[in-house]
Amino acid sequence: MPSINRACARVGRAALVCPTGQSPAPRRQPRPLPVRLNARARGAVHLLFRVGILLLLVVSLSAAPPEKHLSIYSTAANYSLPIVQRQGRDYVGLLELLEPLGTVSAKSDGPRWRLHYNNVLGEFTADKNRARIQGRDADLSARFILENGRGLIPLASLNSLLPRFLGGPVTLHEDSGRLFIGSVATHFTASVAADDPSHLVFHFTAPVNPSVATEPGKVRMTFNHEPLTAPASPTLTFSSKLIPSATYSESNGTAEINVTTTVPLMAGFSNDGRTITLAPAKSQPAATATPKPAAPSPQNPPSAQSPTPSLLSVPRHYFAVVDASHGGTDRGEALSITIAEKDVTLAFARLLRQELESRGVATLVLRDSDANLSLDDRAFFANTTHAAIYVALHAASSGHGVRIYTTMLPYADSEDRGPFRSWPTAQSSSVPLSEATAASIASMLKRIQVPVRTLTAPLRPLNNIVTAAIAVEVAPPASDVSALNSPDYQQLIAGAVANGIVAIRSQLGAAP
Amino acid sequence: MIPRHFFIALSILLAAVLGMSVYAWHMRGRAAATPVASVDTRPVVPPVAGATERVTLFVAYDDIGILRAQSAQIAMPSVRQQRAEELLRALIALYLDKSSPHPLPPGSDIRSVYLVDPGLAVIDVNAAFADGHRSGVLAEDLTVASLIQTLSANIPGILKVKVLVEGKQRDTLAGHADLSNFFDVSAINQLTSQLQSTQ
Repeated sequence: MPSINRACARVGRAALVCPTGQSPAPRRQPRPLPVRLNARARGAVHLLFRVGILLLLVVSLSAAPPEKHLSIYSTAANYSLPIVQRQGRDYVGLLELLEPLGTVSAKSDGPRWRLHYNNVLGEFTADKNRARIQGRDADLSARFILENGRGLIPLASLNSLLPRFLGGPVTLHEDSGRLFIGSVATHFTASVAADDPSHLVFHFTAPVNPSVATEPGKVRMTFNHEPLTAPASPTLTFSSKLIPSATYSESNGTAEINVTTTVPLMAGFSNDGRTITLAPAKSQPAATATPKPAAPSPQNPPSAQSPTPSLLSVPRHYFAVVDASHGGTDRGEALSITIAEKDVTLAFARLLRQELESRGVATLVLRDSDANLSLDDRAFFANTTHAAIYVALHAASSGHGVRIYTTMLPYADSEDRGPFRSWPTAQSSSVPLSEATAASIASMLKRIQVPVRTLTAPLRPLNNIVTAAIAVEVAPPASDVSALNSPDYQQLIAGAVANGIVAIRSQLGAAP
Repeated sequence: MIPRHFFIALSILLAAVLGMSVYAWHMRGRAAATPVASVDTRPVVPPVAGATERVTLFVAYDDIGILRAQSAQIAMPSVRQQRAEELLRALIALYLDKSSPHPLPPGSDIRSVYLVDPGLAVIDVNAAFADGHRSGVLAEDLTVASLIQTLSANIPGILKVKVLVEGKQRDTLAGHADLSNFFDVSAINQLTSQLQSTQ
């Protein structure tokens, strides 16, 4: 009797068909049938396969949640860290968080993890909800995790834990991943210009530099680096038909202001980045054949003081960068048994910022706490802010009055190459402007009868700064060194330095 | 039975031994606490002899913050490198004097000066010089200008100067003056002229 299999006949070279009502019996060891396709069919199969893989990849990537970040804002630095998910909770690395803020070191010993931040000791144990900071217990909202020597703490614990390390308050926006250390928040107000309802004006308490994107019916300003905080109400409404409202929101380490509008808007920056004005864009060229906007054009032509639209140009964040020299473990000169140079420079820097800002000069203090900051970092921060003037502050017990230094450039072994400046002599092209600034400040100090000298010095980071750069060394007015700590004396000097900078402001501002 | 006078003598001797032990222990502690930096490592006798020469030293005066050119008569060897060393040692001897106008820490010394053509001088100072140096922009500026100007004014052909501490590069002298780069002698000349007047 012929077997059923034999009753099946091969059709062509690929398919196996059986007589009606018969089906092939399962073989004991089924062998895959050779599927042979011609070259064109094989190409099509390969193409389908690749498209499938691509589709799978796209679907899987689009389904993956975006990486979460924690943005940290402090007087020392603004930075962001990745947030990692462990056991369904958000965690951050504590060492990475504290590193930009001061001197930090960590050591793990089995399940124990010890972290030193400046003079504060934190002791953590893996899988425990309790830590010890400076010998006192601190509760964590979830278990401490130790991964390959890296200590992870729950995000929700930062509000209670960080003040113990930093000695000051912090504010955590847990949902949006934003952490404010100290009083660094930038606030804003928004209002429609009284004389022209088509202009929306934002005033910020500190210079900002958002990325601005325009979409149909909307202008979005994203603040990736600024410690912007919400207004009293997240939704702002305006009595303007062109710009009816704006909303504030924050998520994943950034803040956003979305402005709804019925006409295309352009953003203009002014007041050293503290004011942003949204105004209707100029009318389209005739070639586009679009009708003129219904809104009337402004009655008055833009004055010389009106903000220049600067969507393409980089606005100047700060006009002046004031650097309180030394800090952290670098105490500078021991001016007396109790007075360290780093403390005098910090107090003086804060006063100088106050004096400059009261004269309308946006000022950044590079070291606004007792933090370590390397000379390279100081130069890097000063250069990246594109400020017009960098002022390093020093204090000394010897001599009297004030010494103003410009750089003494080192022997040049390397030269600038194209747009790249040689690091040791980056200041070279700005020396004349630095000397002019020093002379301007010196004349202001002479006016108030403060002894002053202008000198050069091999003093870093002056030689690494690309803009005008000076160092101001304040000595006591007489033999009493404690006068360096006197607010009256500091105020006197700071006022004269600020006057000297303001006097040469136009020259400094014109520099590239 | 021990005679009474013998017992008294033995007690006095024992007390004396104990007293001496306490005193010796106390003196040992004091010796250990003596700072090493205060040890003057400079040779007692000048290592060179022979004809003296008139040289110009640029001496710093802290009280008014200036640099003054002063003539001095010192014994100078014939070898260029040794001349440079003796020159700077004479300057430092002035600063280590009790009536120094610009005091340097005790034990400060020049380890050696290397003259490398074309135009490079390397001044190697000892650790005491830098470790105990007073901090301050002007104080350090004066020291650097004094050393380099004295060297370049008396040893012709020097264009750039490197300052090492114990043979190693150091970032700053005492927190301010940058030692990580080469000093440009022409820039030091300019600083010297600034420092020669109180403006």
